[in-house]
Amino acid sequence: MVPLSAYVAVSAVLFTTGVIGVLIRRNFIIVLMAVEIMLNAANLNLVAFSHYLDSMAGQIVALFVIAIAGGEAAVGLAIIIVVFRGKISTNVDEMNLLKW
Amino acid sequence: MVAFFFAYFSLVSILAGALTVALRNPVHCGIALLTLLLHVAGLFFLLNAEFLAIVQIIVYVGAILVLYLFVLMLLNLKTDERYLHSRYPLFLVPAVLGFAYLLALMLRSPFGGSKGDAPVPAVLQHGDTYAVGIKMFNDYLLPFEIVGVFLLGAIIGAIVLAKTPSGPDAENP
Repeated sequence: MVPLSAYVAVSAVLFTTGVIGVLIRRNFIIVLMAVEIMLNAANLNLVAFSHYLDSMAGQIVALFVIAIAGGEAAVGLAIIIVVFRGKISTNVDEMNLLKW
Repeated sequence: MVAFFFAYFSLVSILAGALTVALRNPVHCGIALLTLLLHVAGLFFLLNAEFLAIVQIIVYVGAILVLYLFVLMLLNLKTDERYLHSRYPLFLVPAVLGFAYLLALMLRSPFGGSKGDAPVPAVLQHGDTYAVGIKMFNDYLLPFEIVGVFLLGAIIGAIVLAKTPSGPDAENP
């Protein structure tokens, strides 16, 4: 029997990987992929607790998280396409139009 | 047996996550993310959440990841000479420290708590899909509808954002 803390540890490692990816990568698409890794880590946590605490609520929320991730991916990629059309780059360092 | 599969799925998913962050070519990153998502779906199977595992494969791998790869192909990116942030060690240190904090918190928590109303044998009697459906359409009907409206808004927003500007407004989109 795998203990709950093993799942939580895997989820923590994945979440940290995602945070590192968001912080150090400069390609906008890879940054969005790192956000997906973080959402997956959260999902793993939700499902693991749902299993070990005998409750369905975690799985329902994980389902909602997947739906939200779909919307986030669609809108984020649309923003990337708009930015790429204006100036030929997906580098996050060069997107500074909204910077004060 | 379960422990073996858990070790395999978790090790491969952690490795694939690291590769997603570390690889240089964006398409290779997409393939590594595909590996990660499939192995997390395997972990969901181990946790008796087979409906969620199938949804993960269909929605994440079949729709979201294909969308990512589609945009990558569409944009035809050149691989950057310096693909990491110029001062990335500065960010690595707080990330690792934060991870250590998470781990310390986790090892000190008892993970107890009151049990819910869906023990494993009761769920396995009709299957996970049945249990998820009953729960979602009884207790979580309003969030379900809200997610539907949210997805509609996201679709419309994505179309409006990505549409080629045309007509009298084409000068200043």
